[in-house]
Amino acid sequence: MRILPKYTQRGAVVILMAATLFILLVLAFIVIFILMKGFSVLSLNFLISSPEDMGRSGGIFPTLIGSAILPILAIVIAGPLGVLTSVYLCEYTRETRITKIIRFATDCLSGIPSIIFGLFGFIFFVETLGFGWSILSGGLTLAVMVLPTIIRTSEEALRAVPQSYREVSFSLGASRWHTVKKVVLPNALPGIVTGIMLSIGRSISETAAVIFTAGSSLRLPTSLFDSTRTMAVHFYILAREGISNENAYGTAAVLIIAVLSINLIAYWTMNRFIAKRS
Amino acid sequence: MLKKIASFLSIIAIILIISGCGKPKTSITLAGSTAFQPFAEKLAEQYMAINKNVSITVQGGGSAVGIQSANSGAAQIGMADLVVLPDEAKSLIATVVARDGIAMVVNPKNKVENLTAEQIRDIFNGKITNWKEVGGDNTPITVVSREAGSGTRSSFEQIITGISLKKDALIQDSNGSIRETVSNDVNSIGYLSHGLVNAKVKAIKLDKTECTVENIVSGSYKLVRPIFLLVKGNLDGENKNFIDYILSPEGQKVITGNGLLPAK
Amino acid sequence: MKKPGFLKKISGEKGVEKILMITAFSAISAILLIALFILNEGLPFIFKYGIKEFLFSSEWQPSKGQFGIFPMIMSSLWVTFGAMIIGAPLGVAGAIFLTEFAPVSVMRIIKPTIELLAAIPSVVFGFIGVMVLAPLIRNYLGGPGLSLLAACFILGIMILPTVISISVDSILAVPKSYREGSLALGATTWQTTHMVTLKAARSGIVASIILGLGRAIGETMAVIMVAGNAVNVPHSPLDSVRTLTANIALEMSYATGLHRQALFATGVVLFVIIIILNSIASTAIRKRKYGK
Repeated sequence: MRILPKYTQRGAVVILMAATLFILLVLAFIVIFILMKGFSVLSLNFLISSPEDMGRSGGIFPTLIGSAILPILAIVIAGPLGVLTSVYLCEYTRETRITKIIRFATDCLSGIPSIIFGLFGFIFFVETLGFGWSILSGGLTLAVMVLPTIIRTSEEALRAVPQSYREVSFSLGASRWHTVKKVVLPNALPGIVTGIMLSIGRSISETAAVIFTAGSSLRLPTSLFDSTRTMAVHFYILAREGISNENAYGTAAVLIIAVLSINLIAYWTMNRFIAKRS
Repeated sequence: MLKKIASFLSIIAIILIISGCGKPKTSITLAGSTAFQPFAEKLAEQYMAINKNVSITVQGGGSAVGIQSANSGAAQIGMADLVVLPDEAKSLIATVVARDGIAMVVNPKNKVENLTAEQIRDIFNGKITNWKEVGGDNTPITVVSREAGSGTRSSFEQIITGISLKKDALIQDSNGSIRETVSNDVNSIGYLSHGLVNAKVKAIKLDKTECTVENIVSGSYKLVRPIFLLVKGNLDGENKNFIDYILSPEGQKVITGNGLLPAK
Repeated sequence: MKKPGFLKKISGEKGVEKILMITAFSAISAILLIALFILNEGLPFIFKYGIKEFLFSSEWQPSKGQFGIFPMIMSSLWVTFGAMIIGAPLGVAGAIFLTEFAPVSVMRIIKPTIELLAAIPSVVFGFIGVMVLAPLIRNYLGGPGLSLLAACFILGIMILPTVISISVDSILAVPKSYREGSLALGATTWQTTHMVTLKAARSGIVASIILGLGRAIGETMAVIMVAGNAVNVPHSPLDSVRTLTANIALEMSYATGLHRQALFATGVVLFVIIIILNSIASTAIRKRKYGK
């Protein structure tokens, strides 16, 4: 017996809506679970005091510093490097076999598991170059990890700028660099910034690559060669070793709030930028 | 706009570079045994309070990491809790700073109180798979062990000989995570440093001997191993000072106060 | 006439181009360095040890010099497959609902929200898996709880943002005229969706699933926490498993010599799998951009 299309439609909508609700419920559950359990520990004191007794009590201040400085170091290195590379690839070279291969390589490398970057970073920066477990090792490892992503997203953003913009600029007599600086880059900025924000988010949440390169010291770092612990690593250690579940949840809560805020700010700035330009 | 970004980035870069030239402090990194790690942290904290010109960092990773990083120079002092040091440690100077018992632990809800070495061997080999075979309930046994580079695991397998870990044993990467796993799973059995046993897990008797400080000292409890601090080259300078501190009455008090045994 | 000073020279057109070229060259060299480093450490091992032994032996006993990663390969494949079974239908269903049946305002809020949730650290997912999911599995289904099933479930949830985001983009890219033509012929919205729109967006949706798979197979921390890490070829979803990534993470700090090379070789295997996945995904995306 053939079911009337309007009934299959209703059935489909019910199933699809159920799926969507399920997804939202699960994701909401995770965020609310962490925030609720961590809420009891959250306070200004928690944020600015140092951990005591291996994290059983006290705050998480050094880990805040760690979580801030590693992504900053990574972006300071990989950001300009990546954007300028994609500018060169996109604006200054013709589409040849080599550029296609480069694009494929960066595509693949942005999908490589972070643990492999951790393995590389551990053996190359920590041991071979002798930096030891340090902010430097961690930052450099994160930088090479996000570099392919930044190149790729910047390239997409640059390619999305209509060719006509460039042609108009050239026809007015502007040089290539002038065109890039004043016409192409500003238009591609939202996309580029998204890529950088994604990378910052990824760096803050990264655990595997960081533990093996930046170590897990709870002391406040005073130099680039000091080891440091990020919030993600601190959460992992507290949770895994059962040192303090409350503090673990608290750390996770701060971490989630930080990452979500960064993403929100990115969205908001981007939307405003797009609105201003159009 | 681009100028602003460029100047912002260069300011950050300059700050980072300047901070890189930190105060000249002697820096000691310890790495290795997760069993000794919390004690090393505590000792480091106390030592740094007295000696302000030294900065001590403690990393974990397991005894094999301790040996490896002492050899490679990633750490100045390696921590290893092994019964017998392997060949890789031959060129390192080893100092015993404590001794530690390995407790066999099960979930507090498990009614088994005692196991023989024979039974433990068979459980970890997979010959005994149900708790009822050793006096417990009719439930399957979940075996939890450490990763291959763990000193605790190596010591455990060297003392209770003949263990070829069964294929589906769960692997956790530190004493703390074994404790967590065993406390969450009613059917599990694991082993961990005596100093890290707490109310979440139950330590069972081995061959009718309880895992207590007295029994370890007297020698009637068999699962004991020393904790070595390993240094490459000469034992001198700040490394020696720190190790001497650990061996001093003050340092040994921290060790015995939290479940480890003194070096002597 | 004065010759232009150095600063003027490098900020002139040619100078800028040279600087950009050097930058691009350094960046690409850095990337190549990593790839070559890993290949350099891993490939010799594979050839020395024997590729068949490496890939198909089930004995992973580094202390005895045995490095068979078959259980880990199977576990990685099963974990990814399971994540796909859970994440793909849910994700695509969600994407379809958001684009075709939900009001535009709803979609504009929910899509970014789900994308934000992609930023939740994997260790958080892993921890919830350990505290909430594993006990449920252990008490109601048996086994140790820390299992293949737990890993599949957690990873399935973790790839949702990827699948949904890219699928939504793909479905939205289908020209309005397709839908309007179908509706004009009297089809219901659902009929239009599954007979016309989805067919047109198919390659993009496939690409989203494959990229999600890439994320799943590369996940390390969450898997270490919930999968149990036994070196075991899984016979049931309730078995404990160890993936390729977990194997690298658990052993890398202390592996030396041959053992260390074996871990790099594992990295090479992961490399190869990712390259295959990426090739399939980019062929799919290219099909979408330029039509069948």
